[in-house]
Amino acid sequence: MSTSSVLYDHPGPRAKIRNTVLSVVLGVGVVGLLWWIYSKFDQAGQWEARLWEPFTEPATWTQFILPGLWATLKAAAVGMVLSLAFGLVFAVGRLSDRWWISVPAGAVVEFFRAVPLLLMIFFVFYGVPFLIKGPVSAFWAVVIGLTLYNGSVLAEAFRAGIRSVPGGQSEAAYAVGLRKSQVMRLILIPQAARAMLPIIVSQLVVLLKDTALGYIVAYPELLQRGVNDLSANYGNIIAAAMVAAAIYIITNSLLTALAGWLDRRTGTRRARRPRQNRTVAADPTVAEPQG
Amino acid sequence: MDVFTDPTNIDAYVSGFLWILKLTGASAVCALLLGVLLAAMRVSPVPVLRGFGTAWVNIFRNTPLTLVIFFCYFGLYSTLGLSLADDLNLNNFWLGVVGLSVYTAAFVCEAIRSGINTVPTGQAEAARAIGLSFAQTLRIVVLPQATRAVVAPFGSILIALCKNATIVGTIGLIEASTVMKDLINSYGNAVIPIFLVFAGTFAAFLIPTGYFFGWLANRLAVKR
Repeated sequence: MSTSSVLYDHPGPRAKIRNTVLSVVLGVGVVGLLWWIYSKFDQAGQWEARLWEPFTEPATWTQFILPGLWATLKAAAVGMVLSLAFGLVFAVGRLSDRWWISVPAGAVVEFFRAVPLLLMIFFVFYGVPFLIKGPVSAFWAVVIGLTLYNGSVLAEAFRAGIRSVPGGQSEAAYAVGLRKSQVMRLILIPQAARAMLPIIVSQLVVLLKDTALGYIVAYPELLQRGVNDLSANYGNIIAAAMVAAAIYIITNSLLTALAGWLDRRTGTRRARRPRQNRTVAADPTVAEPQG
Repeated sequence: MDVFTDPTNIDAYVSGFLWILKLTGASAVCALLLGVLLAAMRVSPVPVLRGFGTAWVNIFRNTPLTLVIFFCYFGLYSTLGLSLADDLNLNNFWLGVVGLSVYTAAFVCEAIRSGINTVPTGQAEAARAIGLSFAQTLRIVVLPQATRAVVAPFGSILIALCKNATIVGTIGLIEASTVMKDLINSYGNAVIPIFLVFAGTFAAFLIPTGYFFGWLANRLAVKR
């Protein structure tokens, strides 16, 4: 069922009238709700021009928001590259025939998938300095936490992807005399990677959102610079939070659109699957709702 | 390892995880109700409702939870003066539940919508052919089949919700991650045991939960 319209008939005269009436009534309800929210903020004086004027000044953007966005993107990019490497190593490790590789790899992946990201960031930021007798920067605390968590999620995705490559592919590869490592490297991973591309991009959205946890350990990312520090100067915390939310939403929507585009592009080349076997997990828009 | 023999630390550990448990439970119920409602809106014949559902999902799925909870505290509580309980801890708890619920509801809605998409078109067409209305088609034919397909995504949403509950620590609720941070700062010589106990507690609960939902999803799956 690709479109929801199969759930109801094409509206006839009565249904059209009913839908119009419902649209108007509910439309008024939604507008009323929005108006109520607006007036609540108005009563609190949140729409006053002085709170929003800072966003017309270039200094606000060059000093607070853009450096924050840059730090967010930097942590997300470094985290993504390391997560991909981590995910690939542990996915291959878990698929190994040697139990002393596959069992520890599986344990590591299961463990880091089950531990809250914030707990790992706290451990790296507050705990590791006691162990290495030196400070750990907030940047690395965030990036290491993101890598361990998202790398483990990606490892599971890669493993599923590698196992979804039809068995004939590896059989044919063995038949032409390739070694096991060659089969993995030349045959399985390239095909799996193509199928996994949309999931990788939607995991990037999760990762980008998770960089906001850096706020808790004072990493100067978008939430820290664009909301916390900015509002400390102008006293406009609501306005700043709304602007920051809009920036996150735009950035992530672009990434989601990219995931959808990649899915359509790669979908045609992927081995054809019967429509009935489609599972929810194959839907790239359903990412894990981590922070 | 004198960290975990001190009764005050044990109490902090227990109360930290009790907060996580309460946050997860309360938010799961609210997010499920809200998510089902949003999913019904997103597939409904009324354009206004579809638009509302879509906007909700796009806003909350793309905003970091930290920012949502931050906004609940500074926006709803500090600025608008919305107080949900007299007790400071309880107030933070309910603000956290609001944030977690509106955020998680977006994912619940999307999981249900994907679940509806796994039901073959012929099922809904047959339902319409025998004269069922939209509400009847959804309630009697489509949702019962879709429910089986959403067990696995619901499992991962619940697990993620439990982990996300730690973020409520940002607004001053002394939950497990904050307790761990405080213990690490007081017992620098026992950093690894402290981390292993806290992370291990999460793992001990969440890994079996994941396997349970996997087993349940497999058992309930519609064999086609």
